[in-house]
Amino acid sequence: MKPAEAKLKAGRPRLLLPDRTHYCAGCGHGVVHRIIAEVLQEWGIRGQAIGMAPVGCAVLMYQYLDIDACESPHGRTPEVAAGIKRARPDKLVFSYQGDGDLAAIGTNEIIHVANRGEPISVIFVNNAVYGMTGGQMAPTTVPGQKTTTTPKGRSVTAEGYPVRVCELLAALEKPAYLERCVIGSAKEIQRTKNAIKKSFRVQRDLGAFSLVEILSPCPTYWRVPPAKSVKYIETWMEQIFPPGVVKDVTK
Amino acid sequence: MAAPASAEEKVLVTGNVAAAEGAVRAGCRFYFGYPITPQNDLPEYMSSRMPEVGGTFIQAESELAAISLVHGAAAAGGRAMTSSSSPGISLKQEGLSYLAGSELPALIVNVQRGGPGLGDVRCGQADYFQATRGGGHGDYRLLVLAPHTVQETFDLAYEAFDLAEARRCPVMILTDQQLGQMMEPLVPAPMKDLPAVQDHPWALTGAEGRPRRIVKSFYWRPGELEEFNRRLREKYMRMEKELPRWEEDRAADADVVLVAYGTSARIAREAVDVARGEGIRAGLVRPITLWPFPAAPLAAAARRGARFLVVEMSWGQMIDDVKLSLYGTPRPVDLCWRAGGGVPTVAEVAECIRKARR
Repeated sequence: MKPAEAKLKAGRPRLLLPDRTHYCAGCGHGVVHRIIAEVLQEWGIRGQAIGMAPVGCAVLMYQYLDIDACESPHGRTPEVAAGIKRARPDKLVFSYQGDGDLAAIGTNEIIHVANRGEPISVIFVNNAVYGMTGGQMAPTTVPGQKTTTTPKGRSVTAEGYPVRVCELLAALEKPAYLERCVIGSAKEIQRTKNAIKKSFRVQRDLGAFSLVEILSPCPTYWRVPPAKSVKYIETWMEQIFPPGVVKDVTK
Repeated sequence: MAAPASAEEKVLVTGNVAAAEGAVRAGCRFYFGYPITPQNDLPEYMSSRMPEVGGTFIQAESELAAISLVHGAAAAGGRAMTSSSSPGISLKQEGLSYLAGSELPALIVNVQRGGPGLGDVRCGQADYFQATRGGGHGDYRLLVLAPHTVQETFDLAYEAFDLAEARRCPVMILTDQQLGQMMEPLVPAPMKDLPAVQDHPWALTGAEGRPRRIVKSFYWRPGELEEFNRRLREKYMRMEKELPRWEEDRAADADVVLVAYGTSARIAREAVDVARGEGIRAGLVRPITLWPFPAAPLAAAARRGARFLVVEMSWGQMIDDVKLSLYGTPRPVDLCWRAGGGVPTVAEVAECIRKARR
């Protein structure tokens, strides 16, 4: 199709700023950013939202989303978010975190923020690798996965098994909603969007903690072409991290 | 402590409680902490005081979490504080660096104990370098206030948020185990009338009808961080010029000028009494701001030929700042110290004065 004949199916949401992102080809972060921008725009709550950017690939989230935002030390993201929410309980506060931030250096913080039931929404992007620092092993790296610090593949003998965050948090009383989604097919992306909407509703209506884990492609450090990265999630990640609702008190 | 009956109200409280109540009456509505001796009565007091004033108290899972909660509440425009003692303050250094880099106001109370490592829970002043040099990574300083009585602990906590907000930087009140745990009469100032959160022009309030705001310390475009550091340096240099504060006691004609803060200053003052009784012209310069350090009164004393005796509960940390203050006018500077939980006696300091004079 020539450009002149192209028919626009969906425009860029206004809240997703027209910057060229720093993300690699096939990265899932841009899609997740877009979902957040769409939801805030559809609900007309730009002025109500405050987002927390993590240390990691998504540290520049605030570069792309046209909302109030804050950054935190590595892993402390949900506690800073909780501090904001305690000070501004009427705002929609979300914490956006990667797997290193949330499941390694910030494990303590996420468990206790969830355990206190801080009414924030956590958007947890799990791509099974440290991206920003150059492809090292993450707490969610799958067994056998080659990274720059597991050159022969993750050994469960030496490095243990991947951490399943949703299941871990489901052992606590207070989390109201925990779901694992995928940045894959259009249908899966729609399901991810619905999950983020639900997480925001749980915060607004129930005043409760929720977390949406998103299995997301990192073609660069998985060393697979972007087009094959969705297949990679199905083949490698979903076995360890089965998509679906892990906990939902609204049902 | 109950709500203020009048400005003439007088109560008997510990230094730790005075710091807490000073912050509360200054409008602090967010306290986040983690237990550590010898400051536990501060968070314990806050756990009941904060709900009374409609504030928030959280016992966090770690010092890292506590300072991060402070970061969030401060970013949202709240007057937020945390407190701890030496080993716990070490853990907070990450957060302090981020607060300084994000230019957020906050109050941190360090009730110093002996170190290094786990040390012990008795008195110490060995966190001076950590407090006055920033403590975490990167170029920044904390505004460090050093009270020497329970009343002054209240007064400085009462003032700390105004200073922190005016300069957009974290403020530390540096006390010690004895000051924190002893009781003295206190006449507290009245409650300030402030909202729980303020809409500062930089605070995160939700970008309703205005451009978004970002609270951050990450500058990744070439030159941006250098420019930010240039601006930070200018800010801190202004503070160095405008904020030094100290108290002088019989220093004007002193041959031996003692320099001491906190509990050491109380002991030094008594030792000055002893020395004066023996006909020795001794005096005291008591820094109230440790950073910025009050160099002016020391340089002036040096120019008229005084000798100096630094009294501190460490092997010698503040003595470096005293020597720097005399730059260009070299005069003898002696150290009278005990460390690791030891507190110098008046007799020991008096003997140091006699030696320094010889």
